Amino acid sequence: MSNSTSPHPDLWRYTRIKLWALVLLRVAIGWHFLYEGIAKLLNPYWTSAGFLLESKGPLAGLFHGIVANPTALRVVDILNTWGLIAIGLALMAGFLTRLASLAGMVLLVLYYICNPPLIGTTYSAPSEGAYLFVNKNVIEFLALWVLILFPTSKIIGLDGLIFRKKSV
Amino acid sequence: MSPEEKKQSNPAPATEPAPPAKGVKRRTVLGALASLPFFGGFFYSLYVKKSMDDARKNEILSELGLGGNKAPAILPKTTLKKKGDLVRLGWIGFGGRAEDLAVSAGFAHPDLIAEQKKAAAKDPQNKWLQTWLNQQDLNVAIVGVCDLFDVRAERGLAAASNEERPGGAKGFPGAKRYKRYTDLLEAKDIDAVVIGTPDHWHSRITVDAAKAGKHVYCEKCMTRTEDEANQVFAAVKAGNIVFQLGHQNRQQESHVQAKEIIKANILGKVTLVETTTNRNSPNGAWVYDIHPQASEANIDWEQFEEPCAAKVPFSKERFFRWRCWYDYGTGLSGDLLSHEYDAVNQILDLGIPKFVTASGGTYFFKDGRDVPDVFQAVFEYPERDLTLVYSATLANGRDRGRVFMGHDATMEVMQSLTVTAEWESTRYKDKIEKKVIDPSLPLVAFAQGAKGIDTVTSATEKYFASRGLMYTYRGGVIMDVTHLHIADWLDCIRNGGQPACNIDRGFEEAMTCHMATRSFLEGRRVAWDPVAKKIV
Repeated sequence: MSNSTSPHPDLWRYTRIKLWALVLLRVAIGWHFLYEGIAKLLNPYWTSAGFLLESKGPLAGLFHGIVANPTALRVVDILNTWGLIAIGLALMAGFLTRLASLAGMVLLVLYYICNPPLIGTTYSAPSEGAYLFVNKNVIEFLALWVLILFPTSKIIGLDGLIFRKKSV
Repeated sequence: MSPEEKKQSNPAPATEPAPPAKGVKRRTVLGALASLPFFGGFFYSLYVKKSMDDARKNEILSELGLGGNKAPAILPKTTLKKKGDLVRLGWIGFGGRAEDLAVSAGFAHPDLIAEQKKAAAKDPQNKWLQTWLNQQDLNVAIVGVCDLFDVRAERGLAAASNEERPGGAKGFPGAKRYKRYTDLLEAKDIDAVVIGTPDHWHSRITVDAAKAGKHVYCEKCMTRTEDEANQVFAAVKAGNIVFQLGHQNRQQESHVQAKEIIKANILGKVTLVETTTNRNSPNGAWVYDIHPQASEANIDWEQFEEPCAAKVPFSKERFFRWRCWYDYGTGLSGDLLSHEYDAVNQILDLGIPKFVTASGGTYFFKDGRDVPDVFQAVFEYPERDLTLVYSATLANGRDRGRVFMGHDATMEVMQSLTVTAEWESTRYKDKIEKKVIDPSLPLVAFAQGAKGIDTVTSATEKYFASRGLMYTYRGGVIMDVTHLHIADWLDCIRNGGQPACNIDRGFEEAMTCHMATRSFLEGRRVAWDPVAKKIV
């Protein structure tokens, strides 16, 4: 990132447009997480079982094991639903954003390794696009990484209030 | 890109000044709150979407008479009403299907368990053994086994005394082998029998068992001929025994739901039902393995042929692949149409048809069999304004489903269930115009526990699973439907009542199948005379 030796220090400076582009990216990812969580919460029949059973790739056994254990499945369903909601709210509000981004990245990694678009794997539910290794989970994961490296929540977000004394 | 190039390719520096380093309190507060309006947008759009979805759903549900949150169906129970006393069983026949029945009742051969342990170790997805071990103990013992092939009889004895049992049940010391079923029926220590012999033996054994006061669980088809069906019906009614026919589809959750959908009249007037069989493997066409140890010395061929009018010399093909000959069964009619008919009868309470026309031929398996491998039968119910069409091939695996066609909607019932509205429906016309109901999407869908059946390995098993004949889900737990069907029979033995596929349903099944068989063999339309109770 930026440092004093950079010949173009301005490149790393947040202009208003850069700042809002990053904030909008953060809010959009938060919006997506929040709605994914709420949609699951509002659907009494939702369970991760179908998604986990579809699992292919190196960790398929682990995910199938979760489905086989009703308690584990229930815990996973609750953690997933409320995790998505909490991450979504936090990203939108700019509240504990770094932590929320990291948690979001962990979830996205889990989704990815559960159903990776590897060569030679096909899934019963057709995806709306065509993917080779890189799918939307990867893009969203990388976007969250960018957001951790280019934080905005202390300028636009509740983190500005929380971390005011320490950071300003 | 070299660092040099990187420097050069940097865009021009931004012109806008950075925010002041020193935070102004008001600005911090404004910044902190700046992203909050997005919540307004989010929750407002969520509210609008949710209200629209709910309104649409409620409108559909109240239209369908499924309003409120009540579940559409009351499912049969999964556990025994009362454990009751030990029921002592005699197993007559211990071939392929009969052994499956023993496994479902909680008695597996040690070799089968060893194989399944290996399979589970190799593939953690294979849950067969776990599902089996989780089954409840039915509190039954196999005390007698009768089979005409020594190897299979021995296998039955080994299964009966296996220590490894589901539901924490204890093993039993062992069963007695009987060379003739009549001796088994005379045994005082046997309360009930399970008949898993070829079809040509079903009626004789059932009639004798009923006379001996033994309860009967008999595999389908109930009988091989019309006369036999009449004899079995009379004997079971006179013998006052609990009779269950082996149509385990009666325990299938989706079928129970389908019956509720029909009751709620969601489909409108149903005029056509189409049901099918498609299989495409030698096993699916009854070309079963011939046991390597089988010989004239260890198979009682004479007894096997006893009920047959025309005797033939010893034939391993006929003994192991008996489903291919009319001497022992009725081919597709009694073997697979019987399941399909019973599923439709379960859902629609059709009874015996007025007219049946059947056709077909042996087009693919020209291996000496005399039953057809492509078979169609049309069943007319003029009083119900309904026709049932059955279409089967053993040389193509396309899944054609089981479809109930009503004026207002179509229902497909397999292991899962979907109801789709008709574009030209009278009842749903307004709702379709208002776009509340979309005929391109299912109106009601009922999915079984995703893809939880991990042990369906062969093409034939896959066929049975798709038709709802292997597993069902109760409260999210995978259950073997045959196990539930046996449990239903035992419940009635212990507590009274009628099992799901009792003698009345069995009589309807047998007569319907025999009408199709007769029509095919005689090349004419046959009719049912309900007064004389005869096929004419």
